[in-house]
Amino acid sequence: MAGYLVRRILWLIPVLFVVTIITFTLMHLVPGGPWSSDKQVYGGVERAIAAKYHLNEPLWQQYGRWVFDFMRGDFGPSFKYADRSINQIIAEGLPATLQLGVMAFVLAIAVGIPLGIIAALGHNRWPDYLATGISMLGIATPSFVLAILLIVVFSVWLKALPPLGWKGPDTWVMPVLALAGYQIAQIARYTRASMLEVTRKDYVRTAHSKGLRERAVVVRHMIRNALIPVVTILGPILAFLVTGSFIIEAFFGIPGIGKYYVQGIVQRDYSLIMAMTVIYAFAVAALNVVVDVLYGYIDPRIRYS
Amino acid sequence: MTSRTTAVAPGSVEARRSTGIWRDAFGRLIKNRLAILGLLFVGFLVVLGILGPRFAPWPFDLQDTPAIIANNYRALVPLQSPAHLLGTDKLGQDILSRIMDGAQISLSVALVVQIVVLTIGLPIGALAGWFGGRLDTYLMRFTDVMYAFPDLLLIILMSVAFRDTAFGRLYSGLFLVFVAIGLTSWVTVARLVRGQLLSLKEMEFVEAAHALGVRDRNIVVRHLLPNAIGPIIVAVTLGIPGAILAEATLAYLGVGVQPPRASWGSLIAAGQPLIREAPHLVYLPGIMIALALISFTFLGDGLRDALDPKLKGKQ
Repeated sequence: MAGYLVRRILWLIPVLFVVTIITFTLMHLVPGGPWSSDKQVYGGVERAIAAKYHLNEPLWQQYGRWVFDFMRGDFGPSFKYADRSINQIIAEGLPATLQLGVMAFVLAIAVGIPLGIIAALGHNRWPDYLATGISMLGIATPSFVLAILLIVVFSVWLKALPPLGWKGPDTWVMPVLALAGYQIAQIARYTRASMLEVTRKDYVRTAHSKGLRERAVVVRHMIRNALIPVVTILGPILAFLVTGSFIIEAFFGIPGIGKYYVQGIVQRDYSLIMAMTVIYAFAVAALNVVVDVLYGYIDPRIRYS
Repeated sequence: MTSRTTAVAPGSVEARRSTGIWRDAFGRLIKNRLAILGLLFVGFLVVLGILGPRFAPWPFDLQDTPAIIANNYRALVPLQSPAHLLGTDKLGQDILSRIMDGAQISLSVALVVQIVVLTIGLPIGALAGWFGGRLDTYLMRFTDVMYAFPDLLLIILMSVAFRDTAFGRLYSGLFLVFVAIGLTSWVTVARLVRGQLLSLKEMEFVEAAHALGVRDRNIVVRHLLPNAIGPIIVAVTLGIPGAILAEATLAYLGVGVQPPRASWGSLIAAGQPLIREAPHLVYLPGIMIALALISFTFLGDGLRDALDPKLKGKQ
């Protein structure tokens, strides 16, 4: 187990290595540099700026420099925000992004799992149709469309919630809902399928036939077993919620790091792009490790080799 | 299910043998009402995608300037002009025609992305599953890396990087988007194919093929892949909504399709500032996206139920 964990964690290093190399190469393939859109500057000035940010060096050297700085926990200077380092930008934005992602995650679990259970217990009757209908709506509505609908209903019609900002519970409701909608549906669908699978198991029949009350069968035997496979999709879902929130952040004016995602690429802010890539790739890969390890705890049948 | 098994009288083995697995699966598929609804809407999209441009009231990029000037440079809303059934956007482009054109874009996303996915995922999964050993380890490690890649970041990066190349301008910039989405989503199929081959290659019919001297390549192509095709079809169909969603999201962000061409995502982005005066500019493309996503999901679910032998007789 410990060996397995160590190997999985060490494996993160080559993953990040390859991901950053691909990003670095692609990023420098993009025609134009960080300053090409600005006013025309004299050749000498341009050369001086390029030298300051080491853009005059060969690419492999620039990459080596980036890796070296990164090892020391330094994401380098921003190419667009002269007054702030990337570390500061990330430190300012990360809390809001994490908070949004985690709240959406909790909501997705808290709604999705019961929805799936209700659907499975009322299989092919109205609770199933209702729950399945709700999750279909979730799957069918892209987050930006859901965000528009929420604003129309809660801000324009009901005037109950502020359409912008990130200052307290009333500003959290809509972004969290908009972000979680799709994942609620995913979790519900997955839970439902898993519950239906469990219904057919021998141990459930045994539990029924030994006269256990329906409630006990459902809670102790069915749900506990049905949730095991659901755990496997929670890692990717949390990773998606933390990294995929940039549209929602831009939409509701949330001061997270998400907006730098697109901005960095469009403005050719090389250090910003690299920082975002590393953070997101790390989040996805690390959460997968966490889930795989958790999986072993929940399901003792799994052996790590 | 039960009704059919009881309908077969004992001894009439002939009648059962004549239904192959495909016809069997098809029979189950057409009994699934949701899958049929999905199939119908997909069919509608196909008709719209192929014949849409011919039947659209206007070319999708034509700007009806006189009408807009007459309306004080504002978007026409429905019923303001009989010539534009659903009104126009700010530039005087006919909304109905643009939404119809969007069907073609979403359909080509559905098709081309999955072709890219299969072209990459099928060989990688097949090689890893068949040869196993070190090659398998390397290929699967590679898919692990791709899995950790932040999808949208890579797609946006590629879209921006190659936007001004000849390749980037193909099909209004959409071709680049398709390839970028495909490059980030083949992992599922590769893993699936590998898993299928790993279990299938231990089967007796493979041993028999070996004994008959069939070459490895033919065993994989003729015997293993056809047996794995059911789950692959399901995975590919269920991958379509994700691809359509990714394209719509990119277009909404203004990264994907280039004007004057517009996908449903970019129509929503364009309509958003006008949501109070002309909400249909947002709702109609939004409903089209929703219907497309639901239809392919229903179809994929239906195919899974129809093709999954584990569920056979248990419905």
